[in-house]
Amino acid sequence: MLERINRAYKQIARATTALGRRVNIMEVCGTHTVSIFRAGLRDAFPEGLKLLSGPGCPVCITDHGYIDTVIELADRDDCIIATYGDMIRVPGRKGSLEQRTSKGNIKVMLSAEDVLKLAKENPAKKIVFVAVGFETTAPATAVIVNEAHQQNIKNLFVFSNHKLVIPAIRALLSEVNNNIDAFLCPGHVSVIIGSDAYKPIVEEYKKPCVVAGFEPMQIIDGIAEICKQLADAAPAVSSVYPAAVSKHGNKTAQKIVDEVFDAADGYWRGLGVIKQSTLKLKDKFSSFDAEKQLNINCIPEEDLTGCRCGEVLCGLIDPPQCAMFTSQCTPDKPVGPCMVSSEGACAAWFKYGRRRRHRQ
Amino acid sequence: MSGEKILLAHGGGGRMTDELIRNVILSAFGNSTLNKLTDSAELQTNQNNICFTTDGFVVKPLFFNGGDIGKLSICGTINDLAVSGAKPIALSMSLIIEEGFEIEVLRQIMNSVAKTIKEENVKIVCGDTKVVEAGAADKLFITTSGIGLKLPKAKMGFERISAGDKIIVSGTLGDHGMTIMSHREGMKFETEIQSDCGSVAEICEKIIDSLGENIKFMRDPTRGGLAATLNEISNQTNYGIEIDENTIPVHPSTRAAADMLGFDILDIANEGKVVIVISAERADECLQICKQCKNGKDAAIIGQVIKTDEPIVELITKIGARRIVQMPSGRELPRIC
Repeated sequence: MLERINRAYKQIARATTALGRRVNIMEVCGTHTVSIFRAGLRDAFPEGLKLLSGPGCPVCITDHGYIDTVIELADRDDCIIATYGDMIRVPGRKGSLEQRTSKGNIKVMLSAEDVLKLAKENPAKKIVFVAVGFETTAPATAVIVNEAHQQNIKNLFVFSNHKLVIPAIRALLSEVNNNIDAFLCPGHVSVIIGSDAYKPIVEEYKKPCVVAGFEPMQIIDGIAEICKQLADAAPAVSSVYPAAVSKHGNKTAQKIVDEVFDAADGYWRGLGVIKQSTLKLKDKFSSFDAEKQLNINCIPEEDLTGCRCGEVLCGLIDPPQCAMFTSQCTPDKPVGPCMVSSEGACAAWFKYGRRRRHRQ
Repeated sequence: MSGEKILLAHGGGGRMTDELIRNVILSAFGNSTLNKLTDSAELQTNQNNICFTTDGFVVKPLFFNGGDIGKLSICGTINDLAVSGAKPIALSMSLIIEEGFEIEVLRQIMNSVAKTIKEENVKIVCGDTKVVEAGAADKLFITTSGIGLKLPKAKMGFERISAGDKIIVSGTLGDHGMTIMSHREGMKFETEIQSDCGSVAEICEKIIDSLGENIKFMRDPTRGGLAATLNEISNQTNYGIEIDENTIPVHPSTRAAADMLGFDILDIANEGKVVIVISAERADECLQICKQCKNGKDAAIIGQVIKTDEPIVELITKIGARRIVQMPSGRELPRIC
């Protein structure tokens, strides 16, 4: 372990020397963010390395307009909302789903399969699935849509806000003010899309993309590999998570997603509209499309609260630089979505980021 | 009574209530005191230092790997007495049952209660049974109260803790909380996670008997887990606490479940563990006593009390880095991806 840590230190020093400045690495995935904090890596690395928390938490990139629309649906007597756990605490302008749960029509799901079961058990209700998440959760949504189609289920509606990681990375790098030198790429997403998916990013922007798992030592290895590439000025796609991530990814999952969804322009909190970054149901499955069937009009909107989650997601500021952090915005009373999810950058900073005090 | 269900009439106080109590509850663990079915139990005792506690149990699912709501309700109250340095002697049990609940299921739970109190050598001496309309409660709620006699050598309290004291946990952490959450989320693991639902009375009694005043403080780290317990100790004493991740016992399956759902194992509930603050010079001896007890074989010294410029709990991580362990806030929700 010590040998691998020393190797990382050496590579970080080489990279800072080669660049003549601090190295900025963005971990795209919220699970990486939490692992980094839990392992104490932020304090363990030398000053020359800066880790930025990117837009890889599904909750954090969800905008007010989407949440408000879900809450509007939750208020309808004929609807049951099926949602993943941490979505229920995201505040919209009319409160959060958690504040409506007393009606009994908001059901927390872990698995998309349970949504199908819920629809079958409640034939008189419209089951609205709050379909969020990246390439990891989209295949499960595609499977239930396909099954609902085959089983002729009429009361299931998918309100899709599934997002794609590669367009987001591209959007971040297209910003002229970005300060990102490389990406620590998400393990879970990469299992599905494969490491080759990052090749165009490396070719176009010359930024290293290294896939890592979530164990602290894998993250350390990933950072060492990134710094080596930066020092050698040889950006490439590589993986320190070869046991789980192949070059081509999970073809079965990719196929079912392609069968059910089309990519469309989508709104990301803090990043705005990103081309071809959201998954919407194909016309063939429009009878399951909540936006088309339930007379809703979801208009993406930025919050007006003064929350700076958008800048946090772009790696432009750290959470403590937001005036609301720990004052108006805490995990118990979150203002912005980055404070809601356990994997949000602000929540991770709040829980783990406090600096230690001196021993007497 | 196979196939019969709880009706509102079972809670009416009449014959059916009487039958339910006699046939399901007293037949499981009746005794000369409880069988009188008086409004309160008269206890013969000459001791002055009596500890009394109560707790409500609303766990879902009612049956989980390693236990059930019955066993949990007994162990929970026994543990509250035990960590206070008291030997549990008598419990009460109050049942709130939802109309429609299957009597056979209630019988299974009562048999589990019977088995647990026999193992722990305590009696349930009074109780209450209510049946509420369908929808007014979720299947079955249990409230247990307990009294215990303070062990003569027990002298514990936050004020007795000082810098240098060691922190011991009696076994693997997070097992109960992750078992319950895995059940709820329908997760399966190669090695199934098992709740630690159990009693720590043997451990507590033996270490107090052997080490007396050297045991400075004990607590069972239930909701909020180890993080909440250590933060409370730190806040109450104004000392810092330093724990070492490499020494904290965690079952690999519990670790896998927590990683999958995105939970910090230190925040997760335990139902059969005790955190012990012990003077440094007797810590190894305390550890050996714990390890010889039925529910203490995985006990470990995980850290120490230290002087810092503010009360804070700090974890030395597996890679040798450090981070703060905060008091958990809000309820734990599984992550999306």
